[in-house]
Amino acid sequence: MASSPRIGAKYTLDREALQNLIVELTDSGYQVMGPTMRDGAIIYDAVRSIADLPEGWTDDQEGGTYRLEKRLDNALFGYNVGPHSWKKFLFPPRQKLWTAKRSDQGFEIHPEEEEPLRYAFLGVRSCELHAIAIQDKVFMEDAYVDPVYKARRENLLIVAVNCGQAANTCFCVSMNTGPEAKAGFDLALTEVIDNDRHYFVAEAGSERGTGLLEKLSFESADSQEEAAANAAVNRAAEQMGRTLNTQGIRALLQDNPDHPRWDDVAKRCLSCANCTMACPTCFCSTVEDVTDLSGDHAERWRSWDSCFNLDFTYMGGGHTRHSFKSRYRQWMTHKLSTWHDQFDTSGCVGCGRCITWCPEGIDITEEAAAIRKTPKSQEKKK
Amino acid sequence: MVQGKKPKLAVWKFASCDGCQLSLLDCEDELLAVADSIDIASFPEATRAFKKGPYDLSLVEGSITTPEDAERIHQIRRQSKFLITIGACATSGGIQALRNFKDVKEFISIVYAHPGYIQTLKHSTAIADHIRVDFELRGCPVDKMQLLEVINAFLNGRKPNTPAHSVCIECKLRGNVCVMVAHGTPCMGPVTHAGCNAICPSYNRGCYACFGPKETPNIPSMGNVLEDKGMERENIVRAFRSFNANTKAFQKGARDYEKD
Repeated sequence: MASSPRIGAKYTLDREALQNLIVELTDSGYQVMGPTMRDGAIIYDAVRSIADLPEGWTDDQEGGTYRLEKRLDNALFGYNVGPHSWKKFLFPPRQKLWTAKRSDQGFEIHPEEEEPLRYAFLGVRSCELHAIAIQDKVFMEDAYVDPVYKARRENLLIVAVNCGQAANTCFCVSMNTGPEAKAGFDLALTEVIDNDRHYFVAEAGSERGTGLLEKLSFESADSQEEAAANAAVNRAAEQMGRTLNTQGIRALLQDNPDHPRWDDVAKRCLSCANCTMACPTCFCSTVEDVTDLSGDHAERWRSWDSCFNLDFTYMGGGHTRHSFKSRYRQWMTHKLSTWHDQFDTSGCVGCGRCITWCPEGIDITEEAAAIRKTPKSQEKKK
Repeated sequence: MVQGKKPKLAVWKFASCDGCQLSLLDCEDELLAVADSIDIASFPEATRAFKKGPYDLSLVEGSITTPEDAERIHQIRRQSKFLITIGACATSGGIQALRNFKDVKEFISIVYAHPGYIQTLKHSTAIADHIRVDFELRGCPVDKMQLLEVINAFLNGRKPNTPAHSVCIECKLRGNVCVMVAHGTPCMGPVTHAGCNAICPSYNRGCYACFGPKETPNIPSMGNVLEDKGMERENIVRAFRSFNANTKAFQKGARDYEKD
C-alpha cells in the first residue's frame, strides 16, 4: 500500500475497492445515488452495491432516440448521460416550501424544515460537474440564496467518473466542459479495462476524497496505468458526436432575433418542455398554493416549470410568448447567450440531453450553426 | 371557506358514461369531508334525493346530443351561480362526437329497431358551445384529485391548480423515462393537457390524450413524430379522433391525415 494519499495524485482501485467505497459512503451516513437501469434507460437512483450499476451496458443516442445496448466487456461506467440529471436531487422537482395555519390573528406560516439530506453522487460526468457549478451560481450566489438547494449542496459528496466514450449527441469539448473532470469533485475515477484487468485510476480533489481513499485499498498508479486512463479520456474527446462553435455566440444570437431559422424550428417544436426538464442547468420553477377543504390550512409548493409553457409568461395583461418561435428563441438565446449576461457563464454544458430527449430531435448545435451560416449582418450585405 | 350556510352542490348528467360522476364517488374518504362542507342537493349517481335550485355550484357531466338536452342545459345554467363542466364529454363532446364526422342518420338506422322514436342531434357538442361555463375540468374520466382540487378551490374562493401544459412535464416530474425516445412507443404526451399525472407512460404505454389538447399544441409536428415512430396514417387519424375528437386542434390533426 502507498503512503497517505494526496490531492491531485493518481492511484488505482480495483472493483472490490469500488464496492467498498459504496459501503463506506453508506456507512458514513450518505445516501449514495448513482447510475442504474430502469425502463430501458440508465437513470440516477439509490445504489447499494456495484451490482446496481449498469454493468456491461451502453447507450446509443441520437436526436429523439435513446437505446440501451450490450457491451462486449463488463464496464461499470461504459455509457453516457441519460434522461436524469443530478439536479433532481439538489433542486427537487416538487418541494413543499411552507405550511400556513389560520389563527385568531390571521395566519401563521411555518417554513418547511427538512432533515439535511446527505447525498453522495457516484458517477458524475465532467459536463455534470459544470452543470452543478452553474446551478450553484444560480441558487447560492448573490442576494437570493435558495435554502433547499444550499442545504443539500453543502452536504454533497461527489465521486466523478471520467468519460471513456462519447455519445453522438455529446459536445462537451465545444463547451470546454469535458470530458475530463478537472475540478468540483471529491474523488474522480477513470475506468480502465485492459485485457483481463479491470481497475479505476482515482484522483482525490479534496480532503474528503483523500480521506475516502485512505479507507480503501489503493496503490499509486504507475505510468502505464495513468497512460491508460488518459487514453480513455482522449478516446471520449475524439468521439464527440456534435460540435458547437461558441465564438461570438452571445452577440450572434442577440443580433438575430428575426432570423428565418426561428420560424423553421418553430414548425418542429412541440413546446412540450422536455428539453428544459432534461437540461441539467435549467432552473425555472413555479409555485402553487393549495388549501384543505376547510381553508384553515394552506401549503405552498414549488415545482419545475419551463419557458416552453404558455403560463410561464402569464401576467396581469395576459401571456407574452404565444408562438412556438418566441418560446424556442427565448430558451436557446438564454442558454447560449444571455446566460453570459446574467451569470457570466454559458448555460449549456454540451451534455446533449436536450437533443436526445426532444421527441422531435431538435438539435441545439444544428440550430446555432444555421443561424451562424446566414447571420443578419450578412443578409444585409446581400 | 364560505361562512354561514353550506353551499349547495348539484351534479348533472348529459350524454356520458357516468365515469366522471363515479370519480367523485371514488373520492371515498375525501368525499366525507366534501359532504361536510357542501350540501349535496342533487347527485343522481349517488342518491335519488333531490333538492330544488338555485345551486351555488353545478358540476356538469356529459355532452349535448339531443334537442331536449340543448334546452335543459339552459335551465341548469339559470339555476347555477357557478357552473363547472367535468370530463371530455362535457368539455369537448366526448367519444360520441365521432358522429360529427359521419352521417348520424345512418348509425340510427343500423342501431335501433325503430329509428322513428330516436330524436338526436347531428353533432355531439361541448357544454360551453351552448352556455357560459365558469371552469372546464378535462379528462376521460376526470382525475379525482383534480376534481377535489376544483371543488376545494371553489369553496375557498381561489383559482384551481390544474396546469394546461403537456403531459411530458408530468412524466419528467415523476422521473419517468420517455417511452417515445427510449422505446419508440408512439405517445400523445407532447400535445396533451396534463392532469392524469402521466398515468399511461408511468406504465410504459404511450399517452392516449384523454385530457385533450394542451394550451398550445403543435399538431402538425406531433403528426410527424408519430409517423416517424412508425404509426400508420389511419392510426394517426384514430389517435386524434378519440375522446376529444371534436376539439379544434384534434379535428385538424385527424383531417390532415385523412387526406392522402
